[in-house]
Amino acid sequence: MPFGLLKYGLATKYPARRHFTARKDLNPHYDVVIIGGGGHGLATAYYLAKEHGIRNVAVLEKGYLGGGNTARNTAVIRANYLTPEGVTFYHESLKLFHTLSNEFDYNVMFSERGQLTLAHTDSTIRSFRWRAEVNKHFGVRSELIDREQIRELVPTLNMSEDVRYPILAGLWHADGGTGRHDAVAWGYARGAAERGVELHQLTEVTGLQIENGKITAVETNRGLVGCGCAVQAVAGMSSVLARIAGFRLPIVTYPLQAMVTQPLKPFLDPLVSSAQLHCYVSQTARGEIVIGGGSDPYPLYSTRSSLELKESLLAHTIEMFPFLSEVKLLRQWAGITDMTPDYSPVMGLSPVENYYLDAGWGTWGFKATPICGKTMSQLVATGKVPELIAAFGLDRFKTFKQINEAGATAASH
Amino acid sequence: MKVMHCPLNGPRNMSEFVYGGEVTEMPDPSTCSSEAWAEYVFLRDNLVGVVREWWYHTPTSYWFIAERNTVTDEIVRSYPVTELFDKRVEFQSRDS
Repeated sequence: MPFGLLKYGLATKYPARRHFTARKDLNPHYDVVIIGGGGHGLATAYYLAKEHGIRNVAVLEKGYLGGGNTARNTAVIRANYLTPEGVTFYHESLKLFHTLSNEFDYNVMFSERGQLTLAHTDSTIRSFRWRAEVNKHFGVRSELIDREQIRELVPTLNMSEDVRYPILAGLWHADGGTGRHDAVAWGYARGAAERGVELHQLTEVTGLQIENGKITAVETNRGLVGCGCAVQAVAGMSSVLARIAGFRLPIVTYPLQAMVTQPLKPFLDPLVSSAQLHCYVSQTARGEIVIGGGSDPYPLYSTRSSLELKESLLAHTIEMFPFLSEVKLLRQWAGITDMTPDYSPVMGLSPVENYYLDAGWGTWGFKATPICGKTMSQLVATGKVPELIAAFGLDRFKTFKQINEAGATAASH
Repeated sequence: MKVMHCPLNGPRNMSEFVYGGEVTEMPDPSTCSSEAWAEYVFLRDNLVGVVREWWYHTPTSYWFIAERNTVTDEIVRSYPVTELFDKRVEFQSRDS
């Protein structure tokens, strides 16, 4: 078997297909410059080329493609939000995830396993009822379930009443699942590159040239690039780039830490999360247990890990699955997240003309990747804000029309 | 555990402190425009580098100011609020 694999790997009969061609020099001008080569930026480029025929596009990435928060999230896909705006938006995204592998001819490993959120208090049960009703109204599968149903779904879960926060009920979201975050970015990158989009790695945007309130060019470490319009998709560093563009955002940057254990035999099918315990747990196809939690307690532009967060996160995980105390941690990492006051994104128009915003992706960015690419590309192509994202504009903070999704995050922050 | 210097209690564990946001200037709520108020409530500088922030020591209910580097997480200096605010701020009431 190992020799067979080696033979297959070395055979010239099946050459590895390159995802995209190596970088060349930057052109002096592009119709669209997308700043940030993560999932969102690449998806926007992909749909611009595929659905709008706009191919004179460059994606500028300061590191490597999909190497920022796209690589650091916990790959959760779900649509069980609370507001009509949130539910319809994430539901469209979820539907797109179903078709991505076929569309790309590239396996994004979408796996619809269902997501279970636990309630430990009466007030959480009330909010679950509310969420379930809103979800059902918009065609998303969500229902309130009792302890017996929880036991059937996740037999390994600690249902003891002799713990600090006994489990009272759950919100079962059958549409929830996971996908391979890297593959989503690579699939979009390959599809965009095939259609003529240029992907430039190690290209950092250092300045923006704005004339009469309109973007005209982007300054990079590899020279000046003229542009018809630009999209900023740099979640984590959104405030920094917006400052260069001359405006402020309702965003504070917090690290979000996550970790993964050594692989175990499959025992956990659904994703399990608890806002009260600031914790969510899932098992990957490799058998590793992914553990994610709330954001750090104070802002920071750093992906360092802290003992305090590990301690609290693991204590809560062990309360849910006591036998995990025997298991070793394999890796630990962090991403930096754009936290907004209402836990909804900030996307659409900006105070600078032809400069479009894709920011405020807090801890909910990966699951929105496909729909974000679709709607942002529509915005760039037509100059009109699509209905689906109209409510997420920056101006909602001037008119006090926030979209409150604070109660619908997997782990409260 | 990370240790922070509290101007009132000296060095204490980081878990005893709560972050209270950037130090900003509050516009007069009774006279400013609602746009200016919205800006004060929602928009943030969110700077990379040394910033000036409100911090709270929970066990003693004590608010103070700290200067902290938001990249290295180094706490440069912490000091009592009186260093910045040495007199009472009076706001106009809408009726007067």
